[in-house]
Amino acid sequence: MKPGPLYQRDRDWHPPALTPDYKTSVSRSPQYSMISLETGVGEITGPVFGHNDIDPVDKDLLSNYAKSGESPIGERIILHGRVLDENARPVPNTLVEIWQANAGGRYRHKKDTYIAPIDPNFGGCGRTLSDENGCYHFRTVKPGAYPWRNWINNWRPAHIHMSIFGTAFAQRLITQCYFEGDPLIDKCPILKSIPDPLAIEQLVARLDLNATIPLDTIAYKFDIVVRGRRSTMFENRPEGN
Amino acid sequence: MRQELNYLKETPSQTAGPYVHIGLAPGAAGFDIYRQELGWDIAGPNAKGERIRVEGCVIDGMGSPIKDVLLEAWQANADGIYAHPEHEGEVEEGFHGWGRVITDFDTGEWGFDTVKPGPVTAPDGKVIAPHISLWIVARGINVGLQTRVYFEDEAETNATDTVLNLIEWEHRRQTLIARKSERDGKPVYRFDIKLQGQDETVFFDI
Repeated sequence: MKPGPLYQRDRDWHPPALTPDYKTSVSRSPQYSMISLETGVGEITGPVFGHNDIDPVDKDLLSNYAKSGESPIGERIILHGRVLDENARPVPNTLVEIWQANAGGRYRHKKDTYIAPIDPNFGGCGRTLSDENGCYHFRTVKPGAYPWRNWINNWRPAHIHMSIFGTAFAQRLITQCYFEGDPLIDKCPILKSIPDPLAIEQLVARLDLNATIPLDTIAYKFDIVVRGRRSTMFENRPEGN
Repeated sequence: MRQELNYLKETPSQTAGPYVHIGLAPGAAGFDIYRQELGWDIAGPNAKGERIRVEGCVIDGMGSPIKDVLLEAWQANADGIYAHPEHEGEVEEGFHGWGRVITDFDTGEWGFDTVKPGPVTAPDGKVIAPHISLWIVARGINVGLQTRVYFEDEAETNATDTVLNLIEWEHRRQTLIARKSERDGKPVYRFDIKLQGQDETVFFDI
């Protein structure tokens, strides 16, 4: 298959650079127009990762930092889903990395000083490669909400940060996965940096009882969509777009 | 009733936040968890070409260096080949062309060692001047920013580069040209990224 350019990114679906209610964006948002480019060879290519780069345990946050025989405190969850492109085709073998606070809302980071305690059995990061059908899964604990300095009383809804590569450097994406039913979702200035309510909904993982392990671990489903690629019509690809 | 197109929408971006290191560079967050972190060796031991260092700061609208940035680099090897199955040609064993760095918590300085990429020939035969693509994420950056590092000592190919020439304001092209100096006999290219102001770096919507 000949590489085609990527679909234009829908900038109205993403948050704009300047979102004053999320204060840090004010001095970190470029003010001039970006220069729009066709995606060339350096954009439709990107790093390729393999099973030598990571270990199977990396995707299990319940055990990847826990002392032998122990596990982190918190609600045990499976976070799973598929990596797809805008044509709804699976994206296999792509690297998905996550990081999150522990069940009390505290990050294992030397710059986090929140009063909630560090969990000695929880690192808070994981990584995996999607399988041949684009599926990925992690096991972790549900992160806690935590306060942050923006307005004086802002609380982040429970969320897991996610980093996705796709197959092209111009598909590179970082986002945050939220959890169905969290009343803080409607109040978060970072989430509300996204103008379209439907786009916000796309970041909310659904409770997925079918994927739970009964009497053991509850599950949430979160599909990730990276940019799709154009096919060159006059190359007569029978599979079409 | 019109037909539906049935495309999916790209997952919306969200800021990487201040704790991006936990996920992408846990050693910097203060703990070891993985057998190996990714992206610390761009070129590998066997890459041909000139060994260089690229470094700089990311500066906010107040003129301060930002101390919680993560940058990723993507580049071709010295022959102008990307380490990717869709780009015809071979790269040296161990050449990734991809790297990941963070800014220093105290100074905001970032830097990586690599080989200088060669010019890339596009499918239409046009020559793309040697450059390194950068992707920049941080707290306060809602969608990762994309820019390119070009090299001061490639003036001839820079002058005909399609992308540089797309930038209508010639003085703004200079924001993409890394300045060369030498340290311990090794070329060092300085590339400061300014997020705002008169000399704001050119960013691309790719």
